[in-house]
Amino acid sequence: MSDARTATGIDPYQLGHQQRHKRQYNAEHASRGLASKRIITGYGFWIFLLSDIIMFAAFFATYAVLSSATAGGPTGRQIFDIDNTAIETSCLLASSFTCGLASIGAERHRDSWFYGAMGITFILGATFIGLEIHEFAGLVKQGAGPERSAFLSAFFTLVGCHGLHVTVGLLWLLTMTAQVFAKGYRADVLRRILCFTLFWHALDIVWVALFTVVYLIGIT
Amino acid sequence: MFGRLTWTAIPFDQPIPLAAGGVVGLVLACVLGLIVVKGWLPYLWREWITSVDHKRVGIMYTVLALVMLLRGFSDAILMRSQQALAFKAPGYLPPEHYDQVFSAHGTLMIFFVAMPFMIGMMNFVVPLQLGARDVAFPTLNSVSFWLTATGALLVNISLVVGEFSRTGWLPYPPLSELTYSPGVGPDYYLWALQISGVGTLMTGVNFVTTVLKVHAPGMTYMRMPMFCWTTLASSLLIVGAFPILTATLAMLILDRYLDFHFFTNDGGGNVMMFMNLIWAWGHPEVYILILPAFGIFSEVVSTFSRKPLFGYRSMVMATMVIFVLAFTVWLHHFFTMGAGADVNAIFGIMSMIIAVPTGVKVFNWLFTMYGGRVVYSTPMLFALGFMVTFVVGGMTGVLLAVPPADFVLHNSLFLVAHFHNVVIGGVLFGAFAGYNYWFPKAFGFRLHEGLGKASFWCWFVGFYVAFVPLYVVGLMGMTRRMQHYDVPAWHPWLLLAAVGALIILAGILLMVAQLYVSIRQRVALRDQSGDPWDGRSLEWATSSPPPAFNFAVLPNIEGEEPYWGVKECARKQMHLDNEPRYEEVEVPRNSPTGFVCAFFATFLGFALIWHIWWLAAVSTLGAAATFVAFAWRDRVEDIISAEEVGRIDRANRRARMEALTRMQTQAAE
Repeated sequence: MSDARTATGIDPYQLGHQQRHKRQYNAEHASRGLASKRIITGYGFWIFLLSDIIMFAAFFATYAVLSSATAGGPTGRQIFDIDNTAIETSCLLASSFTCGLASIGAERHRDSWFYGAMGITFILGATFIGLEIHEFAGLVKQGAGPERSAFLSAFFTLVGCHGLHVTVGLLWLLTMTAQVFAKGYRADVLRRILCFTLFWHALDIVWVALFTVVYLIGIT
Repeated sequence: MFGRLTWTAIPFDQPIPLAAGGVVGLVLACVLGLIVVKGWLPYLWREWITSVDHKRVGIMYTVLALVMLLRGFSDAILMRSQQALAFKAPGYLPPEHYDQVFSAHGTLMIFFVAMPFMIGMMNFVVPLQLGARDVAFPTLNSVSFWLTATGALLVNISLVVGEFSRTGWLPYPPLSELTYSPGVGPDYYLWALQISGVGTLMTGVNFVTTVLKVHAPGMTYMRMPMFCWTTLASSLLIVGAFPILTATLAMLILDRYLDFHFFTNDGGGNVMMFMNLIWAWGHPEVYILILPAFGIFSEVVSTFSRKPLFGYRSMVMATMVIFVLAFTVWLHHFFTMGAGADVNAIFGIMSMIIAVPTGVKVFNWLFTMYGGRVVYSTPMLFALGFMVTFVVGGMTGVLLAVPPADFVLHNSLFLVAHFHNVVIGGVLFGAFAGYNYWFPKAFGFRLHEGLGKASFWCWFVGFYVAFVPLYVVGLMGMTRRMQHYDVPAWHPWLLLAAVGALIILAGILLMVAQLYVSIRQRVALRDQSGDPWDGRSLEWATSSPPPAFNFAVLPNIEGEEPYWGVKECARKQMHLDNEPRYEEVEVPRNSPTGFVCAFFATFLGFALIWHIWWLAAVSTLGAAATFVAFAWRDRVEDIISAEEVGRIDRANRRARMEALTRMQTQAAE
C-alpha cells in the first residue's frame, strides 16, 4: 500500500502518537536533562528503602500468620516486657532526632554539631541494641527461644531483622564519622550522609509499626 | 576446620557428574591457561573485570547467560533422554541424580540464563536509548553482575562438591527442610540465590533510578523507547518482588540452620505460607522476565517494519497494567492447595484479566507490521516466531487459570509444556532477537544472517516437536518430574520429545557456529555506519561499538524516535548537523570493587553451605572492608579530553557522511 508514506517513517494510522498530545510537553519540562548527583543518589536510595520495607512487610505478614501458632509454648502476653520496649522506643525515636541534627551539622560544615550529634545517635542506637539483646537473652534463658514455636520464630526473626538493620546502621554511622574526619565534608561524603539519615529514619518507621503490631497488640 | 566438608563430598562413585565436572574443569583450565599464556590477563582485568561501563557489564551478563544456557541445556538433554529410555526400565540416571538434574535445570535456566540475559540487554541498551552516559550507579552495577556470577558459580560447584537440591526449582517445604533433605543440596540453592538475589535487587534499584532520573535533555517519559518502559516496569517488579524472595529464603535458611519453625510440620510451622510467599515473588518474576522481551520485540518489529510502533501509548499502558496486575495472581500456582472456591475463583478471574494487556501488545505488534515493509532478518524471524508461539502459550495459560481445569492439569507435563511455551517462545526468543539485533552495536560487526536464520528454524521447529508431545502426555495424565514410568501410550510421545530436544540442540550448535563464522568474517560483516538496520532510537546514533562516553554531546530530544527525526532531516538535506563544540567528558572510573566483593561472597556462600564458620566470618569482613575501601577513594571519575572526544566523534560523523553519500549515489543510479 502507501509505500511512500511508510518509507518516510510516518505511521499512516497515527494511533497513540504524540501529535494530539503535544501541549503536554511544555518547554520547561522538556529542557530538564540529567538530574544532579545528589538527586540521583537520594532517589536511588529511596527506591532501595522501598525494597527494604517490602522485605519487612514479608516478615510482618509471616508474624501475623504465625502469631497464634504457639505450639503450647508461651504467648506474647506472657513474655513481652512493655517497660523495656518503651525505653527502647524512646531511645530510637530520640536517636532519629539527633541524627537529623547531625545531618544539619554536616550540611553547615559544623564539626561540633556533626560529631556531637553522631556521638549521641550512636549511644542511643547502641543502648537500643543492648536492650534488645538483653530481652532476647532473657527469653532464651527462660526457654522461650526461637526454636520453641512458630510464633517465637517469627517474633525473633522480625524483631531481630530490625535489630540487625540497626546494628548495620551503627557500623555505617561509625564509618561515616571516620570518613568525615578523614575526608571532610566532600560532596560524595555528604551524599552518603544523606543516605545514612534516610536509612536511620526508615528504621524508626519500621520500629513504630513493629512496636504497635508486635508489642502493643501482643500484650492486649 | 572444614565444617561438614570431607572427601566423601566428592562423588567418586558417580561417573556422570564427575565426568561432566571434569570436562568443565578442563575447558575452564584451558581457557584460563590460554588467557595467561597469551598475556591477555592485564587487558581482561583493565577493560572487562574492573569495568563499570554499562556496555561492558551488559556484555558480561550476556556471556554468563549464554554459557549457563549450555549448562542448563545439557540438563535438558539428560532429562529428555532419561524419559525416552525409562519406559519399563530404570534408564541411566538414578532417581537421586535425576532429581538434582531437573532442580538444577530450572534453577539455572530462570536465575542464571533468563535473568542475566534480560539484565544484560537492559544494561547494554537502556542508557544508550535514553541518551545517557551510563546507568545511575555504575560501580553498583558491576557489583550486581559479579554477585550474579557468584551465584552461578556456586550452583556449578555443587556438581562436583556435594550435591544440588532435589526439591525442584522452588524448594517446597517440608521436603526442603532438614528432616527430609539433610544434605547440602538445598543449602547450595539457598545461598546461591540469596547472593545473586542481592545483585538482582541492586540492578532493579539501579534501573528504576536510571530510567526515571538519568536521561538526555528532553527525553520525557512519553518519548522513551518501548524497551526503556518495559525495563522500568521490570525493574519496579524486581524492587517489589525480590525482597519477598530474600525474606522467604531467609526463613527457610533459619529453619534449616537454627531450628526455627516457619515451615516445619511441628512447632506450629505453616507449610502453606511458604507457597504463598514464594509465589508472591514467583509470579511477578514471570513478568520480570517477559516484559523486557516484550520491549525487545517492540524495537525489533518497529525497526524491521520500517514504521513507528503502532499504539505506543497503549503499549505503555499495557506494560504498566501488567506491572500492577502481576502482584494479584500468585495464587493460581496452587489452586489445588485448598484455599476454597471463592478465593480460587477470584484468582482465576485475575489471571484471565492479566492476559488482556498482553493481547493488546500482540495486536499492536501485528498492526505495526501491517502496512509496513517487513524485512525478514533473523531478529524479525524470532519476533514472528514469538508471536505465534507465545499466543499458544498464553492460551494454555488461560486454560490453566480456570480452577477446575487446573485440578486436572496441575503438576502434569501439560503445565511443564505451558511454561516452556512462554519462557522459550517468549523470553528466550526475545533474548535471541535482542542478541542478533544489538550484536553489531556491541561489537561493530553483524552476525551471519544465514546461520542465524538456520538456528531460528531449528529452535522454532525443535520447540514444537519437543513440547507439543508434553502437552499431549500431560493431558493423558503424566505428572512432571518422573524418573521412570510404565504406561505404553506415553512412550512414543516422549521419544518424539527427545527428537525435539535434538533439533533444539542443532539450533544451539548453529548459534555457536554463527558466532564463530561471524568472528572469522568480521571484516566483511563490519558495520561501518553504526546503524546497520536503519534503526529509529538513539543507540543507533552512536558508532559501533559506542565510545566509553556513548554520546560526545548529549542529544537534545525534541520528539518520539529522536534518531529517526535527525536521520530523516540529514537524508533530505544531504548533510549532517553542524559539528558541535566538544567539551571534556567525565566517565566513571573503573573499580575492582565488584569482583573483589564477589570473590569474598563466593567464599562466604561456600563457607555457609559447609558450615565453615571461621571462613564465613573472614569473608564477611573482607566484603565489608572492600566497600569501605571503595568509599575511601578520592578519584571517582576519569576525564576524557575535548580533543579525544572530538577525534572519536568526527570519525563517527565521517562514517555517517559516507553512508549518506552512498545513499545519494545509489539513488542517482
